[in-house]
Amino acid sequence: MSTQDYLQYVIIPILVLSEFMVFIRFLKGPSVIDRVVALDLVVTIGIGIISIYSIITETSNFLDIAMILALIAFLGTVAFSYYLEKRNKND
Amino acid sequence: MTDFFIILLSTSGALFSLLAAIGIIRMPDTYLRISVNTKAATLGVGLMLASAAVFFQDFAVTTRVQAIIIFVLLTAPVGAHLIGRTSYFTGNGLWKGSVIDDLKGKYNIKSHELESENIEDERKKRHSERTDQ
Repeated sequence: MSTQDYLQYVIIPILVLSEFMVFIRFLKGPSVIDRVVALDLVVTIGIGIISIYSIITETSNFLDIAMILALIAFLGTVAFSYYLEKRNKND
Repeated sequence: MTDFFIILLSTSGALFSLLAAIGIIRMPDTYLRISVNTKAATLGVGLMLASAAVFFQDFAVTTRVQAIIIFVLLTAPVGAHLIGRTSYFTGNGLWKGSVIDDLKGKYNIKSHELESENIEDERKKRHSERTDQ
């Protein structure tokens, strides 16, 4: 069993399972804040999946996409918190 | 040897990500979920990116990985603070088992400004000094 097989059949299923569990929180979340946090965590674990996948396929170009995803996740969190706070202020 | 390090780093990273996912599903409170999101998930993703750096052993890839890790380490606390602040203002309550709420009464709900008790006391003191003169 090579390293790539181990990553493919052990690590990726663990990460997919954790993505599913975060997605359950995303659907359930009592407030909007919980959904924003769950979305942030989905993207963060997605970066991990991308890095493992780049090892499996031996393609280092995927890491650029991981960088962009990290940027988008941060900007999304900041924008959501800014506008949610503003909406509450105007009431 | 390289394979051993890749397996070690990726396994620990995946386990930390799984712990973060379990935490976000089991934690009773928004603030505890935010804490899980910043700590466990950041460590897990950093370890998995490090395993990619060990696998490629290329200067360009290592630099990229370093940039991503530093970016995630810098932005996760900032985002967590912003979203936690918003959560406090929108009236998300604490878990009933929480012992202390340090911010209670110190945030102005209307203007969203932090007012510590000491600053308020000093302001009163200064005001009284001025009126005495």
